[in-house]
Amino acid sequence: MYRYDEQDHKLVRERVAQFRGQTERYLAGELKEEEFLPLRLQNGLYVQRLAPMLRIAVPYGLMNSAQVRRLAHITRKYDKGYAHFTTRQNVQLNWPNLEDVPDILAELAEVEMHAVQTSGNCIRNTTTDQFAGVARDELVDPRPYCELIRQWSTFHPEFAFLPRKFKIAVCGADQDRAAIRAHDIGVQIVKNDKGEVGFQVLVGGGLGRTPILGVAIRDFLPETHLLSYLEAIVRVYNQLGRRDNKFKARIKILVKAMGAEEFARRVEAEWEQIKDGADELTPEAIRWAKRFFPEPEYKSIANGHGEAVLRDHAGEDKAFARWLERNTFPHRVNGYQAVTLSTKPTGIPPGDVTDRQLEAIADLADKYSFGEIRVTHEQNVVLADVEQEKLFELWQEARKNGFATPNIGTLTDMICCPGGDYCSLANAKSIPVAEAIQRKFDDLDYLYDIGDLDLNISGCMNACGHHHIGHIGILGVDKKGEEFYQVQLGGSSNEKASLGKVLGPSFSRDEMPNTIGKILDVFVENRHPDELFIDTYNRIGLQPFKERVYAKAS
Amino acid sequence: MPKPAKPSVKKPVGEQPENPAKLILDGAVTDNQWNLLPLGGEEEVTAENLAPGKVILPLSVWLELRDQLQERGEDIGVWLDSDETVDLIGEYAAELPLIAAHFPAFTDGRAFTVGRLLRERYGYTGEVRAVGNFIRDQLTYLTRCGFNAFAYQGDQPLERLLESTSDFTDSYQAAVDQPLPIYRRRALA
Ligand code: HEM
Ligand code: SF4
Repeated sequence: MYRYDEQDHKLVRERVAQFRGQTERYLAGELKEEEFLPLRLQNGLYVQRLAPMLRIAVPYGLMNSAQVRRLAHITRKYDKGYAHFTTRQNVQLNWPNLEDVPDILAELAEVEMHAVQTSGNCIRNTTTDQFAGVARDELVDPRPYCELIRQWSTFHPEFAFLPRKFKIAVCGADQDRAAIRAHDIGVQIVKNDKGEVGFQVLVGGGLGRTPILGVAIRDFLPETHLLSYLEAIVRVYNQLGRRDNKFKARIKILVKAMGAEEFARRVEAEWEQIKDGADELTPEAIRWAKRFFPEPEYKSIANGHGEAVLRDHAGEDKAFARWLERNTFPHRVNGYQAVTLSTKPTGIPPGDVTDRQLEAIADLADKYSFGEIRVTHEQNVVLADVEQEKLFELWQEARKNGFATPNIGTLTDMICCPGGDYCSLANAKSIPVAEAIQRKFDDLDYLYDIGDLDLNISGCMNACGHHHIGHIGILGVDKKGEEFYQVQLGGSSNEKASLGKVLGPSFSRDEMPNTIGKILDVFVENRHPDELFIDTYNRIGLQPFKERVYAKAS
Repeated sequence: MPKPAKPSVKKPVGEQPENPAKLILDGAVTDNQWNLLPLGGEEEVTAENLAPGKVILPLSVWLELRDQLQERGEDIGVWLDSDETVDLIGEYAAELPLIAAHFPAFTDGRAFTVGRLLRERYGYTGEVRAVGNFIRDQLTYLTRCGFNAFAYQGDQPLERLLESTSDFTDSYQAAVDQPLPIYRRRALA
């Protein structure tokens, strides 16, 4: 993975010093509340319902074991002994003291971490596929490009006060596991018919109260021009994006108002002026970035050997077999497999892990996966390079630490925002709904029969829990001061992304598990063999679900 | 021949900039030599009634009067409101000794683009001045974007402001102060 050199260290140290000074000036009354606000946000610091919240950057979701151990230490020393993995592959602390934040940042800096640009109206952490570099359907490893985007966007002097936050995601595989169509800019790595690497560039995606999927404004951007093109897009947005209304300030509104074609025309005109300038990605620069993501030292393992060992173990132990099926992912190298550690056992807020668990993750990574950890946008943790022969052993250890719930990709592997338990913007709690649904559907055979299903929950229309792009989306709404939940069906976040449609009037919290039950009944009754929920929905539409859910008891 | 339409005076985006007596220029505190004319006064501004001395005109006024003000040469500067883009000045920039960009609120970051485009696209070498409600903590980035003058109107002493002009001693990306981004410098090393 990327390692800091002296310049990175110096820049991050200078940032810590800068923020320490800003915090001191704020506490001394020299910096006004409203002036400190965007400065602290650009250092990941929110002030929430009960305490500040600090969002720590995990560039494209990748960490090493030393960093994860440091996080464990920080949660113990400065917080309540747990941390939260977010849908943008970052880590969040829910209870730090404002006065301690500069010290936390200094501790992070020692292990090449920071909280830079994890919030605020700037370019945020770039996200990507958690299986980057190992997936069989990958065309090109996206991580070197993500790192270059990180460097280009970090402390970007022109783009620190954009109209609104700005999120970029990169996908290098056939299947989009990074939800690039739900981002302000989505970058899809492609090859042209000459076999040259380039990018399809999508703009104007975003969720929030006006969900819109990104549209392609360029089908093939040559590799050398990635950063100049991004610069042109953000520059056009910085100049023309609306600033009079916070809810209309995202790039998606500009693209929509202007039309994608006109927006593209302006970007191309700007880009023409800068495309051969300083931002050009020379072959040397690309080679330099790729050096940080070498192939790990894989063993050479005979074809079929790993699978044979796994078949033996799976034959003896049904629980292991289940876990193997749901929580591991095929690897492009013989004898290896990627593992997803589930942070979604019933009753724990999705994405929450304790200090001890963080240490266990670090140990597992050292022992089984070259010391590397990835955070997924579904808020789980991936060990990407595990020998098949070691999977049984790893599973036993993961189980002891509470990470082996065999539910990856199923209904109970939900994305869920912090909601009313933590968040001052919430209309409703989301964590108790997640838990109630997990409790109702705890029968694994049933879950497996249902198959892959994304259920996403947000506590308000800001959509932190991505409810618009869940196959089933749940949105907390406020009805005369009471908490209710609206259900949407048919959203999807992958390469065939779609936005969910509202099923009908909302439900009380108590009604939610049964409502989900009825929706699943309709699916089970109508499905063709091997159809997933989303396929059946796309075939039969909203109506049959609506009829069942709102049927009058007779 | 029809009479030219009356100069349309544009609506300001927010509060108009003030014109403090002292400012930071090229890293030092000095007296402000310029007057700044706000948008839309009582009386229409003409080449005849414009006060003598150094004056910074709103872009819309300058665009109307440019031809008539040629002989005032070094005495005429221009300020851009935050919804005005640099291409409205474009190649004319070279005629001007001073161009100012306005922050109606410090969170309105359009001026950063103004600075970079003036320096990088139009090769402008005169004074680029930040006016309005920017804050001390923006000086580093403003400097990187080509600003060399800061007509600060907040309540902090200018000397303290100077402390923030170089919070960072290096940078990742190219800008006015740095011709090559870090990844290209590293690739060459
Ligand atoms: C508890 C404190 C939080 C607050 C106050 C908060 C606030 C917000 C707001 C206001 C938006 C909407 C922005 C817009 O539409 O322009 C937003 C979007 C978002 N938040 Fe949060 N958030 C919080 C926590 C989280 C957490 C913990 C996660 C991750 C699990 C998260 C992930 C996201 C994502 C992915 C979006 C983007 C949706 C989009 O594309 O519009 N947020 N958040
Ligand atoms: S979706 Fe709403 S309730 Fe949930 S974290 Fe975001 S702002 Fe808070």
